[in-house]
Amino acid sequence: MEPIKKFTGKTVGLPSTDVDTDQIIPARYLKATDKKGMGEVLFYDWRYDENGDPKPEFILNQPHSQNATILVAGNNFGCGSSREHAPWALQGYGFQAIISTQFADIFRNNSLKNGLLPIVVDKETHEQLLDLAAEDPELELSVDLETQTLGLPDGRRVEFPIDPFSKECLLNGVDELGYLLRRENEIEQYETANAK
Amino acid sequence: MNNRPRTLFQKIWDAHVVSQAQDAPAILYIDLQLVHEVTSPQAFTELRNRSLQVRRPDRTVATVDHSIPTYDRTLPIQDALAAKQLDMMYANARDFGIRIYDRMSDKQGIVHVIGPELGLTQPGMTIVCGDSHTSTHGAFGTLAFGIGTSEVAMVLATQTLLQRKPKTMNVRVDGILANGVTAKDIILALIAKIGVDGGTGHAVEYSGSAIRAQTMEGRMTICNMSIEGGARAGMIAPDETTFNYVAGREFAPKGADWDAAVARWRQLPTDDGAEYDAVVELDANALEPMITYGNNPGMGIPITGRVPDPDAMGDHHQKAALRKALQYMDLQPGKSLIGHPVNVVFIGSCTNSRIGDLRLAANIMKGKRVADNVRVMVVPGSQQVKRQAEQEGLDVIFRQAGAEWREAGCSMCIAMNGDELKSGEYSISTSNRNFEGRQGKGGRTMLASPLTAAASALSGVVTDPRSVLS
Ligand code: SF4
Repeated sequence: MEPIKKFTGKTVGLPSTDVDTDQIIPARYLKATDKKGMGEVLFYDWRYDENGDPKPEFILNQPHSQNATILVAGNNFGCGSSREHAPWALQGYGFQAIISTQFADIFRNNSLKNGLLPIVVDKETHEQLLDLAAEDPELELSVDLETQTLGLPDGRRVEFPIDPFSKECLLNGVDELGYLLRRENEIEQYETANAK
Repeated sequence: MNNRPRTLFQKIWDAHVVSQAQDAPAILYIDLQLVHEVTSPQAFTELRNRSLQVRRPDRTVATVDHSIPTYDRTLPIQDALAAKQLDMMYANARDFGIRIYDRMSDKQGIVHVIGPELGLTQPGMTIVCGDSHTSTHGAFGTLAFGIGTSEVAMVLATQTLLQRKPKTMNVRVDGILANGVTAKDIILALIAKIGVDGGTGHAVEYSGSAIRAQTMEGRMTICNMSIEGGARAGMIAPDETTFNYVAGREFAPKGADWDAAVARWRQLPTDDGAEYDAVVELDANALEPMITYGNNPGMGIPITGRVPDPDAMGDHHQKAALRKALQYMDLQPGKSLIGHPVNVVFIGSCTNSRIGDLRLAANIMKGKRVADNVRVMVVPGSQQVKRQAEQEGLDVIFRQAGAEWREAGCSMCIAMNGDELKSGEYSISTSNRNFEGRQGKGGRTMLASPLTAAASALSGVVTDPRSVLS
């Protein structure tokens, strides 16, 4: 995993609440056996019509949304299915961070493991960000993981929470599987003690 | 361990913590990992890339369920992508030495149906699967939860996971269910009450007289949909009902081991005085058959109720969500769903495809015909369930009624295998998700119990099952 420290990016808003991972990537695209090409089918049924043509009203099809790297999403983003294809598709499209008031547990875990940053903000900030994204097609936000802050265009910085372990992993690009493999002794001791 | 009263969750958690460093998540030991074809290929690739083995093949069991066709098993698989995914699962199982119940196995089935059925699922265990409905296994007093593919790789390689301890929530359901009201209605009513994010960050323990009165199958239906309320896991303390179900199954302990296991399992229920972070109560006496009208499982009403009005919602995001859902579903606020036409009835999925569910549906359909123009699919959860149903003659009841009797799999719950709704069609489905397009692009799903599904299959319109039960 690539380390993340700071980045600034084009920001778009998708205010729908309770967006489930079936919308992020429909199940018919889960027959893939690798991670390739998932960005292209991100939000497929919201993004394309029956003929496979882009629906002009969908946010990601608007010219100003191209190259967006930050998504301001509605509350409880990523609920439903545990498919890790959802963060793969978001990253495949180019997103590096998602901002919401709350993420579904499994989606948040899956995102962190792939270096897609889930940023939780309070309701008021969330509304402001959605308004800003709606008003200003060129909106850019900056993210500083070290200081756990989000920078707004007016110079304001908003703090966001992240647990120390995940922060450490993201900052240094530590992969959790490697971390667990180094705990082999403890795992073996546990197995012996529990006769497992 | 100290002597403070502990919850069921806390006891299982404590017994599985390998280590806990400060400011880090716990390393949690996993007793059993279940694997299926859709969420595992990239995990095995990860193992290969790092030259890793599966640490405990004896604690890993695989099957194929999601993309498998439900037509005759002797016919070839038409969908090339699905066939490739199944072949990859077989190759991975073979290369890594994992037991697999493949398409031709007489024990194949939906992963959450076969785990309990084979006696693999036992009280006190930690169980994971790359599938959010792993919460189903919590019905046995296990800590069971869904994980992503990166985590599947971690468990394959180390038999452990990094886990932050969730909070606990107690859902108490007391009272007696009226005739026509089932476990499915309990869980749909709960999610309608707490919302699809009501359980986020929590492991839920269901308790109370209405839960105790449920069979293991009913308890599985309830725990299955915990994730639809956002919960990390759902669990129910083991009791005689649990032990009776597990006893004698293929992988259940036998002889002296069995007695020792039961003695251990009896220690699992929550101690008197143990505290939960949150408590929710539901009155079983007041419940009616439930049905959903929208695009998440929290958008449910009693079947005699009316579709809510977006204008009556306080929050503007909720207003927008409801308006969008009613547009997608093409339903009017203030109207009853009873009498609304139905195109397809689906009886199946890891929520409601066990023998008890099929008996409920068959009981209503016996000697009757389904309405013209309604396609009715009955998809048993496993090949074992299928055989049992056939021994009882349920397949004959379904076929004579005009329903399709299929081979086991996820089928129209997720519509990956060709079993799907056409755009604009309405289904009554005993599955767990009514998300947009879940049962086929443009399809419109109404979730309900097997009783409501069967009653509606006969009439061709949404029907209160109490009107056909004596
Ligand atoms: S039946 Fe549906 S919910 Fe259950 S495991 Fe299969 S796809 Fe998932």
